[in-house]
Amino acid sequence: MQTTTPQFKENARTALANPQLQQALTKMKVGFVERRAQARAALPEFDALRDQARDIKNHTLEHLDLYLERFEEKVTAAGGHVHWARNAEEARRQVIEICRGVEAKSVTKGKSMISEEIALNGALEEAGFEVVETDLGEYIIQLRKEHPSHIIAPAIHVLKEQVAEDFRAHHIQFDKARPLTEPRQLIAEARQVLRQKYLDSDVGITGANFLIAETGTSVIVTNEGNGDLTQTLPKVHVVIASLEKVVPTLDDASAILRVLARSATGQEFSAYTTFSTGPRRPDDPDGPEQYHVILLDNGRSGMLGTEYQDMLRCIRCGACMNHCPVYGAVGGHAYGWVYPGPMGAVLTPSFIGVDQGGHLPNASTFCGRCAEVCPMRIPLPKMMRHYRAKEYEEGLAPPAMRFGLDLWGFVATKPRLYRLATRIAMGLLGRLGRKRGRFARLPLAEGWTRHRDFPAPEGSTFQDQWDAMGGAR
Amino acid sequence: MTDPSSSFSHADGAPDTSDAAPTVGLFVTCLVDLFRPRIGFAAVKLLEAAGCRVVAPRAQTCCGQPAYNSGDNGHSRRIAAQVIDAFEGVDYLVAPSGSCAGMIRAHYPELFEDDPAMHLRASALASRSYELVSFLTDVRDMPLAAIEARFDGAVTYHDSCSGLRELEIKQQPRRLLSAVEGVRLSELPSAEICCGFGGAFCVKYPDVSNKMVEEKAADIVATGADALLAGDLGCLMNMAGKLKRQGAPTRVYHVAEVLAGMADGPGIGEADIGEAEEDAAPAPADT
Ligand code: SF4
Repeated sequence: MQTTTPQFKENARTALANPQLQQALTKMKVGFVERRAQARAALPEFDALRDQARDIKNHTLEHLDLYLERFEEKVTAAGGHVHWARNAEEARRQVIEICRGVEAKSVTKGKSMISEEIALNGALEEAGFEVVETDLGEYIIQLRKEHPSHIIAPAIHVLKEQVAEDFRAHHIQFDKARPLTEPRQLIAEARQVLRQKYLDSDVGITGANFLIAETGTSVIVTNEGNGDLTQTLPKVHVVIASLEKVVPTLDDASAILRVLARSATGQEFSAYTTFSTGPRRPDDPDGPEQYHVILLDNGRSGMLGTEYQDMLRCIRCGACMNHCPVYGAVGGHAYGWVYPGPMGAVLTPSFIGVDQGGHLPNASTFCGRCAEVCPMRIPLPKMMRHYRAKEYEEGLAPPAMRFGLDLWGFVATKPRLYRLATRIAMGLLGRLGRKRGRFARLPLAEGWTRHRDFPAPEGSTFQDQWDAMGGAR
Repeated sequence: MTDPSSSFSHADGAPDTSDAAPTVGLFVTCLVDLFRPRIGFAAVKLLEAAGCRVVAPRAQTCCGQPAYNSGDNGHSRRIAAQVIDAFEGVDYLVAPSGSCAGMIRAHYPELFEDDPAMHLRASALASRSYELVSFLTDVRDMPLAAIEARFDGAVTYHDSCSGLRELEIKQQPRRLLSAVEGVRLSELPSAEICCGFGGAFCVKYPDVSNKMVEEKAADIVATGADALLAGDLGCLMNMAGKLKRQGAPTRVYHVAEVLAGMADGPGIGEADIGEAEEDAAPAPADT
């Protein structure tokens, strides 16, 4: 996927000036937060479960090679195939080969962020396949030719009135005068359109929330049931998943499932949790003839053993962005690549480089709300700070900022000089600002005074006043 | 070299139950030192009322957060070392800021992870460093009767992020405020959401920061409170600056000023009335 992350500031300005987006974000901010809080309050052991979930993933990451190999063995034993993909290119090629192998025409897809990460839809269409997204949110943004703005609610930025317009424009087979004001009318219409697509589909592609090593099973959670139809009706089921999705056992998966939905939507469990092991067996009533798992690395193995390893615990619940005031202000598209919000602020520089993704770890106040709610206890601000340090070390920080920091650092480590400099500066500012108590404009502080007044200092420093009154040192 | 064993006396951070008045080193913080010294004096008054002897070590400037949050670990370490030296001799370090106290408590040890000797000293200081209201409440168990203050009106309270999440400061200021005569607390529904200050963030990403402080200011005004209080001057300057720009009547004070009975002067961003009048008489047209 093309990135606009280097233009984060411009993206943010555009987002702030978009009234529909702002309306959608205002709704989102309240809903997700309240529902998670209620779910947490209803389960006293929630925080203990988070510790357990974190420990399971930490253990898995320490032995990742072992569990991945076991997963592959089990998939193979169940009659499926595992394909290892080092990067997006390889993964796209593998999916296209599988589709060509069965002379597919139509491909249906469940929701998958990995598919976004490897830009799969474009590649499949270029190779001549019809691609249909079956998750309602994904379907909407496919019609709108957009990308997801949220990892679990891809069309959160779209108002239902806009969806109605899109449906009228694309579903020309229906009566023009039909009512489309209620969400249920929109859902019913999408269902009706998609039903035939499921039946026509040759290959169903889904992501995976977990891969279970002891059984060779892939697991998806959805609320619409579209994932089930996507993976059971076509001849071929392709799972695309990244390496770190593996967990050792079924018990481990169910432990993490207990914190996943609660953190994401505040549900105890998502409506559908689907386990897939291999292709259809002779006595199975349904299921695909072929079962493939594409195991994507795409930069993850390079994070192992580094200060960013903890990020590989992420289960893509979205809680960090639901609670992030920056995400809440600008929405997901401003982040400019696949993953938005705090998790995106760590993943983006990890995957596309700090030179491209460097804005994101900087665009945070370190308020810490993301780490507070992350079910996997990922220290997101700490990792963003590591990226800032990396930028600073590599000389990527803007020169003016660097100069300012160096100068300030120099003075701050010389208390006498600092006292002198601040005495002069505050004396001056204090005299200038005394009458109004604040400045509406101030040289070098345009970033501040564009939007707010700058409170004036009293005029003499605490240190000088303390000396003047003979305070103890 | 300083004997590190001297720092172990309170290394467990346990409340000081000895009769002798503990010596508190006031970490003034750069913003209070430069912009609003009266918060520092309010802190001194409260600490003395809580039975402490207060000193203000001379060699302090800033806690180093601007450098640390910008990825400049070299300067951060030098500044941290300076603070560690300056406060070696005191029983406690107390700062009228959750963000600076959080820096010292949570991040100084991290800065010296590769330097065992300094790590030991940083951890020792960290364990006896506190934010002001949490020190008064959690360490000194200050009796409410020791608060002698009056503030007439409704106040609302913003929980600054570092204090709230790094130091778990939530009830402490509310408990102490309940002892102030005349005050009514009208809770801010979004009290735990960041105000958009974030140090350099507010000037690096001014438009995003503005959106955050705009929403915060609207929430503050909606409480109908006469005054906004918080425990961090950076956040307060940000919110006061926005409220003033919008012409909102809400007055803004650091919680220490109210607790110390020192909130009778101009709020943050307000003109010093006495001096303004004095100046205004002979002065030509206002510039
Ligand atoms: S970082 Fe944590 S909160 Fe954010 S999506 Fe991943 S698991 Fe969820």
